[in-house]
Amino acid sequence: MMAELSISQVSKLYAGGVRAVSDVTLHVGDGEFIVLVGPSGCGKSTLLRMVAGLEDISAGEIAIGGRVVNRLDPAERDIAMVFQNYALYPHMSVRENMAYGLKNRRMPRDEIAARVAEAAQMLELGPYLDRKPRALSGGQRQRVAMGRAVVRQPAAFLFDEPLSNLDAKLRVSMRGEIRKLQKRLGTTALYVTHDQLEAMTLADRLVVLNGGQVEQVGSPLEVYHRPASTFVASFIGAPAMSLLDAHVEGGQVMLAGQALARVARPDGAVTLGLRAEDLHMVAPGQGVALQVDYIEELGAQRLVHGLVEGQALCIALPPGVALPPVLHVGAAPERLHLFDAITGRRFTARTSAQSGALV
Amino acid sequence: MHRTRFFDHLILLLGAAFLVTPVLVAFMTSTHTAADIHMNGLSLMPGGHGVETYHKVLTQRGGFTGEVTGARMLMNSTILGLGFAVGKIVLSMMAAYALVYFRFRFATAIFWMIFTTLLLPLEVRIMPSYQVMSDLHLLNTYTGLIVPLLASATGTFYFRQFFKSVPDELLEAARIDGAGPVRFFIDILVPLSRTMMAAIFIIMFVYGWNQYLWPMLMTTEERFFTLMRGIKSILQVWIGSQIPDYNEAFALAVLAMLPPVAVVVVFQRMFIKGLTESDK
Repeated sequence: MMAELSISQVSKLYAGGVRAVSDVTLHVGDGEFIVLVGPSGCGKSTLLRMVAGLEDISAGEIAIGGRVVNRLDPAERDIAMVFQNYALYPHMSVRENMAYGLKNRRMPRDEIAARVAEAAQMLELGPYLDRKPRALSGGQRQRVAMGRAVVRQPAAFLFDEPLSNLDAKLRVSMRGEIRKLQKRLGTTALYVTHDQLEAMTLADRLVVLNGGQVEQVGSPLEVYHRPASTFVASFIGAPAMSLLDAHVEGGQVMLAGQALARVARPDGAVTLGLRAEDLHMVAPGQGVALQVDYIEELGAQRLVHGLVEGQALCIALPPGVALPPVLHVGAAPERLHLFDAITGRRFTARTSAQSGALV
Repeated sequence: MHRTRFFDHLILLLGAAFLVTPVLVAFMTSTHTAADIHMNGLSLMPGGHGVETYHKVLTQRGGFTGEVTGARMLMNSTILGLGFAVGKIVLSMMAAYALVYFRFRFATAIFWMIFTTLLLPLEVRIMPSYQVMSDLHLLNTYTGLIVPLLASATGTFYFRQFFKSVPDELLEAARIDGAGPVRFFIDILVPLSRTMMAAIFIIMFVYGWNQYLWPMLMTTEERFFTLMRGIKSILQVWIGSQIPDYNEAFALAVLAMLPPVAVVVVFQRMFIKGLTESDK
């Protein structure tokens, strides 16, 4: 079954003129895992709920499997949703929870039993089938919620921050399970999260949302290495990319009086983005001077936070290196990210890598 | 944790004695003969006539028509209590469901109108209600006894508050699972409301059971007598030199106490179970 999902020019307007989602267009291929990521209030959940049919679509069109679903009830859209708080029916056993949606569709009893058994086996819920949700741990409840989605064999899975209520360790293992399950079933999935790490690890493609608008769509690495705007740059990746005010002077990107790289741009202010791991220490006299502010020890590496002429900059260094109060740091020219100082959009013309002017 | 000491028990024992003694006195006194009670007053010791007194109040035909027995009155009271409790729960649950889950105009205004009637005691609308029932020729029927009092602001209010506390995701999950409004109500909300229903059942059963003024107005035929009226009518018999049948009145009062006690005991267990196994 082809289960493409297409969202075209969809907007959500609330009474009072608040635009929660504006003009989002997205095409999701069959079996693709798409993660909608953004800070709270960016409209990602609203978008997901519009796909689910829990919110009205103010403008635009949503089609699932080639069928426009704007006017259909959630039950008729051939989707299954996993909620943040699981939303299991507390008075029903695990088995009944999973079977409820099928029962309402008047599926024959033995087929329901077969599907539930299959899902339970897949999710290792066999021993818990006759328990009530309250007798289960958070991770198990989340698995039941997924089982309820799986038994439906829908065209698309919708996940609304399903891991937010779990502790950090469980979140990592459940993340893996969700990914494996989705790949195994080959079901199209739309997943909402505010956690950029979750987004990076799960997604085939990421959709970064900000203020109801799509900032960037791309594979995790694409978004990481070529953020389309300062918003994406600061949102994706930990530690966040350092963004500094710099300027172009005579074809050179200048920061703190140092030329960092050649660039084919007219003179003027730009925003310079630097990833912590792209920076390295250079000999005194070269590079820009970094006034060390504080250090985060992560074990495998240490993050040194400092100031360059009053602007915050973070650099990742191997542990065990002696740290002077002032560091001299540099980066390869092709590792610089340049953004428009006003709009925050990325300059598509890359810094010229052939300059070789290492800082 | 606080350790219970002797003094704590003493207070509890005193409190229990304070509440239980009158009931005990009523029961003990009911086992004496009327003449005995008239001479010696109330008694804490059992007398020797218990069985015959209770047998008499349950089976003796009394009243002007000689039709109504204690058992009949017990049945009438039970019908009234159960009818009230069940009817009020059904009606107020449906009203609260409409108020909470359906978006219609003036829902809040309607809710407050219902809620305001909480302030009005039954007695305020007793005459208009009587008029309506009289016009519908429902006087002297169980329908007339029960139906006019079914609308319950208290019940509607409690169920509304409870439904509001049910997470929205449950409704959304049910919608995705293909449950329509009726399915959601029956499959999800009703089972979740079990403890609430038990609480309301206790309150409303006792309320219906204890009705005195309303049945007296709505029914004139003795076959609709409730226990409350029976007790009253026994004590009214001051014919000539006859002593009122105190023992029978006490026996009826004790009998009248049993069903509400049973209801409270049964449902309280469910109620507490629901509270401790809280799941939401």
